[in-house]
Parts: sequence; structure tokens; C-alpha cells
Amino acid sequence: MKIVVCVNHVPDTETKVKVGADGKLLDPTGINWMLSPYDEFGIEEGLRLKEKNGGEVIAISLGGDANKETLRKSLAMGVDKAVLLKDASVRDSFAVGKALADVCKEISPDIILFGKMSIDYYDEQVPGIVAELLGMSSVSVVVKMEIADGKVICEREIEGGHEKVETELPCVISAQKGLNEPRYPSLKGIMAAKSKPIEEKVPVAIANRVEVLEMRKPADKGAGKILGSDEAAVNELVRLLHEEAKII
Amino acid sequence: MKILVFAEQREGNLKKSALEITSAGKMLATQLNAEVEVLLVGNNVASLASQLNGFGAVKILVGEDARLQTYSTTAYAKAIADVAKQRQANIVLLSASQMGKDLSPRVAVKLEAGLAADCTALKVENGDIVATRPIYAGKAMIDVKVTTATKVFSLRPNVFSALTQNGNATAVEKISLELSDADFSVKAISTSVASGRPDLTEANIVVSGGRGMKGPEHFTLIEQLADAFGGAVGASRAVVDAGWRAHDEQVGQTGKTVSPSLYVACGISGAVQHLAGMSSSKCIVAINKDKDAPIFQIADYGIVGDVFAVLPPLTQEIKKVTGL
Ligand SMILES: Cc1cc2nc3c(=O)[nH]c(=O)nc-3n(C[C@H](O)[C@H](O)[C@H](O)COP(=O)(O)OP(=O)(O)OC[C@H]3O[C@@H](n4cnc5c(N)ncnc54)[C@H](O)[C@@H]3O)c2cc1C
Repeated sequence: MKIVVCVNHVPDTETKVKVGADGKLLDPTGINWMLSPYDEFGIEEGLRLKEKNGGEVIAISLGGDANKETLRKSLAMGVDKAVLLKDASVRDSFAVGKALADVCKEISPDIILFGKMSIDYYDEQVPGIVAELLGMSSVSVVVKMEIADGKVICEREIEGGHEKVETELPCVISAQKGLNEPRYPSLKGIMAAKSKPIEEKVPVAIANRVEVLEMRKPADKGAGKILGSDEAAVNELVRLLHEEAKII
Repeated sequence: MKILVFAEQREGNLKKSALEITSAGKMLATQLNAEVEVLLVGNNVASLASQLNGFGAVKILVGEDARLQTYSTTAYAKAIADVAKQRQANIVLLSASQMGKDLSPRVAVKLEAGLAADCTALKVENGDIVATRPIYAGKAMIDVKVTTATKVFSLRPNVFSALTQNGNATAVEKISLELSDADFSVKAISTSVASGRPDLTEANIVVSGGRGMKGPEHFTLIEQLADAFGGAVGASRAVVDAGWRAHDEQVGQTGKTVSPSLYVACGISGAVQHLAGMSSSKCIVAINKDKDAPIFQIADYGIVGDVFAVLPPLTQEIKKVTGL
């Protein structure tokens, strides 16, 4: 089975976010980076599929040289090959999806795995874009999956419940937390990852369809009201919810 | 100019978000001198059109097909894109619900449109639509402009308020959808929607519990307060990881994003990853015994106290007001 896992290199959630000098992008100084957490579920699922069905797992990341760190982590977890689509410019979801779809077309995988979303821009759209560009079926926000005889049965989260979905290979899957428990890279894996080559490709440049006009910090709400800690605070809270916030 | 609004329904129930995005569409239409058409797709959904009556659309389009009884990513996306093309819509609006986020990338690609996802505000500036989206776990916001001729936006549920109906009747038109069996390459074979409490992402009020609840058995206190409000139950990752609550209830970066009118955080410290999922709530109440807990920095109202002492009387008082 040929398995592709798309992985992104993103600012660590705990890191302090500052607006860059152009007022549109993140100021990269002092930012800690990491493999986008949902992508770990994608990698883990890819490794499990390979363990069960044989084949190879190829991790692909679009970005600058720094993304190699995330590709190394993927290799350390057990991925066979890593491809860096070298392009450090800022691409919107469509442009990212197009670049990924282009390489996937060359590789012609049986399955393309993604994390549900990348935790930088929160789009949750790239897997669907790749699937549509490749004319493939796709299932998003998957918490369970099974493949038998080319048939894929998934359980995905929907509003207020779950949905059982059927499709066929090849397909695109985006992983939600719960799909599996990602493994830690083993010491052996970490050592081996150091010597595995990372293939570099340059994606075709295409125009963004979404332009960032301004990035800013969210408006400061200002300190809320602390109503104290006794019985009276409960009554005061109910009064405020009723009279000031007008919620109840 | 034409704006097409995809009105979401599941299992024959119209989503509240359908009214929110129709209203947002009307707001844009007024400023852009455009008209709004609403699209309802499914099997036996014509009766839902009356619920969309009078929200400012010029027409409600109803496309029915027996095979659309259950959800299909591929078929729904094709239906929406086909109708958008036929009606020459310049702007397509969807909800950034689980269904909307599943459909919008496919619809956008089919329409060769740029897509701004999960928007929390839309405004018109010099004839351009400027959309606001939270990024980096809500630690920053961006204003974006879609540069393609056709534009697709998905709007975060609960953020855009539904207009009051204007009393004008909206015309309903049945349209035919040209779907072939090949369009159903992905299809839902069954859905299970938990009944009882409202869904977390759509609820107007969410009561969430964290590790401060000390154990799964104490979540009855959270459930009772949620029921007194007629709201939904949420949880922090710490309690989900501990196995006290199901992952479906997790709020935050690796859980659900919610924007209720009221979010009550009980025994939750307020880690950034938790805030990522709830900071766009309109009113936030925090109950925590640690006065320095970060949750108080974004709370509108806070009670510094023990959840076990605060929740029972609070539930009693809320019940008096809501009568639930
Ligand atoms: C990649 C990543 C993704 C994550 N995603 C999420 C996510 O989606 N959602 C999420 O919630 N977290 C997420 N986390 C975890 C997050 O960092 C925190 O660990 C988690 O939110 C803490 O949960 P908590 O507030 O319930 O527990 P704690 O941090 O342990 O806080 C418990 C709070 O309860 C208070 N308390 C204790 N006893 C009482 C009492 N009797 N009465 C009142 N108050 C009391 C304490 O003062 C404390 O503030 C993520 C972390 C990582 C690294």
C-alpha cells in the first residue's frame, strides 16, 4: 500500500504570538515550532496501515528548510520517506492544496492522510481541496477507520453525534483526535532518521486566492468582574446574567 | 450580484445556522446591492422552506433527490456548486459547521473560488468583502480578502445573529439537481445523533467542567447546571484524557470550537489550548478556587470559590429563573 501523510510545521501552541512588521504575518522571532498535533494522528494511522498491509509511508511537508525538523520527527516515528516541497512563501489553503495535490499525482498513493487541521491558520480545508483537485473521495474528522477489500469504512464526528461513512480507495482521510494513540519516536528511530535523506522538490508557484490585509491581536476584553466567593456571589451572578448580560 | 446561501439540514431538521447565514447574506446584500437566494438540498426537505421565510432572501431554492436522504460529501458539494453556477452566484455562504467545513473546500475548487473559512465577522469596505478569522488558537485575528471573482465563505456558527423575520413572504422554487450514482462515491451509511441536550457547537449555553471537578461522578453537578440552562455539557482535555468524559465533549484546540452566548467554566484553569475553543463565546463565567487561574483573565464574571460549594446553589437559582 502506498501511503502519503501530509505534515505541517507550526508555531507551538504555548508560544507567544506577535504581529510582524508588515502587519500581516507572524513575527517569527522567538517562536517555538512543532509538528502540528493532529498530523501525529495521520502519521500513526499511516504506520498502522503499513504494518497491516505492507507498503511504504511517505511524509510530505510544504514550507522552508525549517520544516525538515517536522519531517525528521515523522521519519523518527517510522515513516519511510520524506519529501520537502520547498517554498517558504505564504500560501493560502488553495495554493497549499494545489502543491500537495501535484506531488500526490506523481506518487499516485492509495491513501492520503492528513490531520483534521493545521493549528496555525485553522482552515480545516486543505484535505478537501486536495481530494477535489485529485478527483478523489474524502472523509474528514475521522475517529475510526477500517479498510477491507479496497472499501473504506470510517466513523467521523458530526454536530452532536457520529456518522458512519463508506467510500473506496484511493481516498483522502483527515484525522481527528481519538483515531489512535500516536507513538513516541524510539531512540532507534531517532538515530535512523538522522541519516535518512529528505527529498526536495520545488512546487509550481501559483497566485493566492485569499489575501491577508491585516493581522492583529484580538481586542483586549479588559478584566471581568470578580463577584467574590460567598453565597452572595451566586445571587449576584444570576442577577448579572439576567439584567446586564441579558442571557437568562 | 448574487449571494447563494447553503441552508444546512440534517435528518430533516433545519440548522439554526441556516438562519444566521441567511441573515449575514442579507446584510452583505444590502451593502453590495445584491440579492440572496437560499438553497435547501436533501430528500423531502421542501417543508423546511417555510422556516426560512421572511429572512431577506428573494428566493428559496429546493433541490430534492431520494439519494440525498443521507449525507454525501461528493453529491452535496456537486449539487451546491452546480446550483451556484446555474444561478450565477458571485458569493457562496456556508456554515463553518462540521458539514460546512466538509463541503466548502470541494465547492470552492469546483467554482475556482477562493475560500475564507470559519469567519467570525464580515464587512463591506470599498465594495470589497473583508472577512475576519481567528488564527493561532485565537491568539491573533486576520482580516482577509478573497481575490477571485467567485468567493466562498464559511461562517462560524452562533457568531452571526439571525435577523428578525420581516414578514415578507419569500418565493420558493423547486429546482432539479443533476446527480448521477457516480457522484455518491462517499456516502454516510448511518448517523447517530445524541438526543437530549443540545449539541455543543450549536448550543446557546455551554457548561464545562475541568479537572477541578475531581472525578467523573461529580459531573452530575455540571449536567444539572447545563440542564437548568437548557444548555450543553463541555469538558477540558484533562478530564477527557483521564477518561471522565467522552472526546465529543472536549472544548479546545484538539476538541470543539464553541461560541455560545454563555460559557461557564467550572474548575478549568484556562490553558491556551482550552481558550482556543471557547474564547469567542459572548459571555464567559469562571468558577475556580484559584484567584490567579488564567481563565479569570478572559472571564466576564468570576466566582473565586469551590465548585462543590458554588454549583448546587447556582443551579437552584438558575432553575428559578428559567423554570427548567
Ligand atoms: C497540543 C495540545 C493540545 C491541547 N488541546 C486541548 C484542548 O483541546 N482542550 C483543553 O481543554 N485542553 C487542551 N490541552 C491541554 C491544556 O494544556 C490543559 O492541560 C488543560 O486544558 C487543563 O485542563 P483543566 O483546566 O481541566 O485542568 P487543570 O489545568 O488541572 O486545572 C484545574 C483547575 O481547577 C481548579 N480547581 C481545582 N479544584 C477546584 C475546586 N474544588 N473548585 C474550583 N476549582 C478547582 C484549579 O484551581 C485549576 O485551575 C492541550 C494541550 C496540548 C499540549
